[in-house]
Parts: sequence; structure tokens; C-alpha cells
Amino acid sequence: MSERTIKVESKVGLHARPAALFVQTAAQAPIDVTVAKPGKEPVNAKSILAVLALDARHGEEITLRADGDGADELLAKLAAVVAEAEPKGA
Amino acid sequence: MPDVLRGAGVSPGAGHGPVRAVAGAVPEPPAGAPAEAGDAERALAALEAVAADLTERGERAAAAGNAEGRDVLAAQALMARDPGLADAVTALVAGGTGAARAVFEAFAGYRAALAGAGEYLAARVADLDDIRDRAVARLLGVPMPGVPVSDEPFVLVARDLAPADTAVLDRGRVLAFVTEEGGPTSHTAIIARTLGVPAVVALPGATELADGTVVLVDGTAGTVTVDPTGAQVAAARAAAEARASAVADASGPGATRDGHRVPLLANIGGPQDVEAALAHGAEGVGLYRTEFLFLDRTEPPGDAEQEEAYRAVLEAFPEGKVVVRTLDAGADKPLAFLPPPSDEPNPALGERGLRMARRHPEILAAQLAALARASAGQGATLQVMAPMVTEAAEAARFAADCRAAGLDHPGVMVEVPAAALRARDLAGEVEFFSVGTNDLTQYAYAADRQVGGLAHLQDPWQPAVLDLVAMAADAGVPCGVCGEAAGDPVLACVLVGIGVTSLSMSAPSLPLVRAALARHSLEECREAAAAARAARSASGAHGAARASLPGLEELGL
Repeated sequence: MSERTIKVESKVGLHARPAALFVQTAAQAPIDVTVAKPGKEPVNAKSILAVLALDARHGEEITLRADGDGADELLAKLAAVVAEAEPKGA
Repeated sequence: MPDVLRGAGVSPGAGHGPVRAVAGAVPEPPAGAPAEAGDAERALAALEAVAADLTERGERAAAAGNAEGRDVLAAQALMARDPGLADAVTALVAGGTGAARAVFEAFAGYRAALAGAGEYLAARVADLDDIRDRAVARLLGVPMPGVPVSDEPFVLVARDLAPADTAVLDRGRVLAFVTEEGGPTSHTAIIARTLGVPAVVALPGATELADGTVVLVDGTAGTVTVDPTGAQVAAARAAAEARASAVADASGPGATRDGHRVPLLANIGGPQDVEAALAHGAEGVGLYRTEFLFLDRTEPPGDAEQEEAYRAVLEAFPEGKVVVRTLDAGADKPLAFLPPPSDEPNPALGERGLRMARRHPEILAAQLAALARASAGQGATLQVMAPMVTEAAEAARFAADCRAAGLDHPGVMVEVPAAALRARDLAGEVEFFSVGTNDLTQYAYAADRQVGGLAHLQDPWQPAVLDLVAMAADAGVPCGVCGEAAGDPVLACVLVGIGVTSLSMSAPSLPLVRAALARHSLEECREAAAAARAARSASGAHGAARASLPGLEELGL
């Protein structure tokens, strides 16, 4: 099981384009991956509706978890999306 | 006499033609219809078809130069393909629920989760409902919601318009928009102004207009005339054309016909609004609402981020002035990281604006420091003002804070009646005033801005508001107006006649105000102001002012 806790740097939080890019990145991987706010139930990182309902705002911390082949790589990619103030290409 | 319906005009111009209504609501599929073999596959196929359609509309929008529309539609497609949603649909069908009902119920779960969260997410609920309705319409075989297809140009009528409706509109086919709901900042209003289509929103009874009814839409007056006479159509067209050509001819700095200068400035919420301000000929910024940098965040923006947001605006007006209002939080603009001190029974009368700075001086200090750094070496003149200032001691303290931070031009907003009544006391402490007519009206008439039933009292034409503005303008320091009133071309002339020295408004209002001022002398403006202030009611003041301003007719006003 791989795990990373990171701060949301996107100005709009994990919403709008950053959320779309995050979910699209997660969906490309064949393994399960979740995202959670501290003390809350993790949700499927491939579900845009679950990610939006998480309502992770700018400056909040989120925890990503994945298990299986390429888990570390996938978390690194997702962390990069979350670390961008204004992600491009969503 | 044809029926005239009144709403709010949000995009100017005249449109005349037959009504085409956006297809009505998709019915809620009844509970109890049992699942049939293949229902899960049918439901998922309907969702996939909706996603494909949204993606295709997105590509068409992008091809037409609407990249923002493409992003919105792509996000909607992502929702239609959501794996969690698909799981929920499959589980509901497995439990015996029919395809259409399963889709409806699966969406209901997410809808509740999103509707309960912040403002941004509440807006996504409309996107979600739109996807649900499209999928359910496919499964039930009923007409797809959205813009009708028509070979002849039409007036588009709807309860409200969704991004999916407007992103693929054929500009050549739509004569005007009319909606029952919405306001000046609704999606319909914004898209109408972007496309240059006349629009009237918040029109009661709009959706009862039958398809094919011929209407005349006046996006300036906010009226919809049913079965208009030929003369009415001709008059509306002539007025719209006169206005368009007069506005196109008006350029350069703001001034009356006899050369009395009145700088015309823009109200902005951040660097993203600068382009529109420049495009409409703003000479500077009269109100930079810095709270937009702070909204919807759990912590204040960093020092460097603030500095950058201020510098970007100053750089855009190297020879103009930029008036920055310090954080105006509280009341209708709560900030997540600055909770009100207690549950205020009436936030409009609570610790908002500069009053909040007494409790959190570090926020104001950081903002003033960032402004001072941003203005270093800039050509633009930076003026800084505080919101919700009530008495001279507050003005003095704010001015001292500004000067300590290295900011030489402190000012205050005049939006509390006490500040207007004792404007001379405040004038001794600061360099300038800026009158916020929206709040000044709310406080003078004890009429909450958010209570629709008091709209008649929230009118900046009310004579007591004009009297209060006159007291501020007569106090010995330059006095601008930065409320909605400044963007009303008739009221703008009256304000200049009262003695107001600059006008700041949302950028699209600038050309018509510039044209109205250029058609009148300062003396005519003064006569209009005197006539308005002699009236006993808002409508009386409006009528009296119009009668004193002969140049309005050329502008179709």
C-alpha cells in the first residue's frame, strides 16, 4: 500500500479544471486509488462526483492511497496535479 | 394596446421575432416500474450516449472559439461517465428498479452531496441535473431538453439557460434571450453580453409565452412586448441603432459637452477583469474589490500572491489611477478564514468591512504592506480606501495605518448615512471619498439588499440618497461614486451635477455613460440634479432629471 499526504495548491481547490485533470489522471491507471480528507472516509479518485463532493479547498491537506503495480508512480503523478497552482492541460 | 411584460434588461439592443421555448422539464420517472432484462445495459448506454453528445458539443464550441464552453462540457461528460454513478445505477437495477428510475435515483445521491457544499458546488448541481435529464429523456423517449432547432430566427425563451444550451447556439438564429429566472450575473446574462444578443431576465410569466408568439424584446428597458405594432418595432430598432452608433462614436476620457472632466473608471474584482476595462475605455480603476482574492479560501492569500494581484492591475494603467478597497468581508461576503465573532442577528449591521480590521489588524496590515510593495516604481497613482467607515476616528486611524505602510493617498467609502451626514469631519482625515450607492441606499432606507420585496426602496434615485451623496460631494475632498448608480447613464449626469468628481462602474456600462455625459453641459447636469432633488419620490426624481437632459433622446434612452 502506497500513501501520500499533500496540500492542495490549486487556487480553486480540487474543483473545476484541476479536479477534471486529477480524475482523468487517476482513471488512466489500471489499479484502485483513493483520496481522503483527514479523518474522513476515502473516496474513489476516479470518480469526478466523489472528488467534487470531497470539497477539498485551497490549502487543505488530502491523503492519496493506492495499491499494486505502479502505485508509487501514480501517486507521484496525482501529487503533481494537486501541487500546481494552475494546472494546464485539463 | 399590446401587453408589455417587465423584467430586468441585462444585455442591450432590440430583438423582434417568434418565441421558441426550450423544451420543458423532463418528467421524473415514476417509482415502481420493475426492471426488465437488459435495463442496466440500457441505462449505462444512455449515460454513455449523453457523454458522447456533450463531448461532441464541446468540440463544436471549441471550434467556434468558445474554449470555456468546451471545458464546461468536458467536465459534464466526465460526470456522465463517472464509475461511482455507474455502480449505483447497476446496483439499483439489480435491486429491481427500472432503467430510467435507477438513473434518476443514482443522481439524487450525488445531487444531495453537492447541493449541501459551498457555492461553487451548488452551481455544479445544475450541470448534474442537466446530465440526468438528458439520460432520462433518452430512456423514456421524450424530447431532449435544450435549445430547439429552427430554420427561422427566433427569440429563445426558457426558465433559465444552462451552459450546454448556450455553448452551441447559432448566433445568426437567436434574436434575443428571455428567461423567467436569473439576474445580471446569471449565466444567461453573461453569455448574452458576450454574444451581443439582447436579453431580458427575471421576467415573470416568460415560460407561459406560447411558441410562435411574436414578441419585441428591449434589452435596455427590460421589456418584452407581446404582438407589438409595426411602429413599436420600428421605434425600438431606431433607438437601438441610435444608441449603438452614439456609443461607437464616444471615445476618449470622460467629460461633459463643455469640457468638464469626469474620469470614467472601472469596477474590477482582480487582474482578470482588466482586459474588459481597457476594451471599454476605462481611464483607471475606481473600485478594486479585493475580497475576491480572499473568497472561498480556508486561509488568506500569501503576501507575494497579493502583491502580484495588485501589481498586475497597476501595470495596466500606467498613466491612470487605481483605487483599491481593502478587504470588505462580512454580511453577504463571509470569508472562511475570518468567521464573524459571533452569530450576528443582522450581519449587514455587524462587524463587517473596516470594522473587521479592529479584530484582525494583521490582515489589514498585510494587505497595506502588499499594496505598498506593488506600487513601488509604478506609473499609476494608487489610492487605497476602507469600506464601512462610519466616524472620523475610524477614518483617521485608517489614514494613519496607510501612511505608516507608505501609502500616501488614503480615502474612505461613504456608504453609511452617518458618514455622509458628517462628511466634513471625515474629509479632514483623508484625501478622497467614494460613495457606495448600493449600501448607502440599503442603510438610508432600512431596506435589506437581499430582500426582493423591498426593491422599490433600494432605488438609488431615492431623493434621500441623492441628498446624502450631495453632502459627501460638498465636503471639500474629491468624491467619486462606485455603486451601480454610476453606470446608469441618466443618473451619472445627475451625480456629476451634484458635484461628484469621478464615476466607476462595471466595464460594459462605460460607453453609454461616456456618450450621455458628452451630450450635456455641466450646467444641464446641475439643473437635472436640482430637479431630481426637488422631487418627492424615486420615480419623480428620475422623471424630472430626464426632462432636464435633452441629449438622452439621441441615445434612445
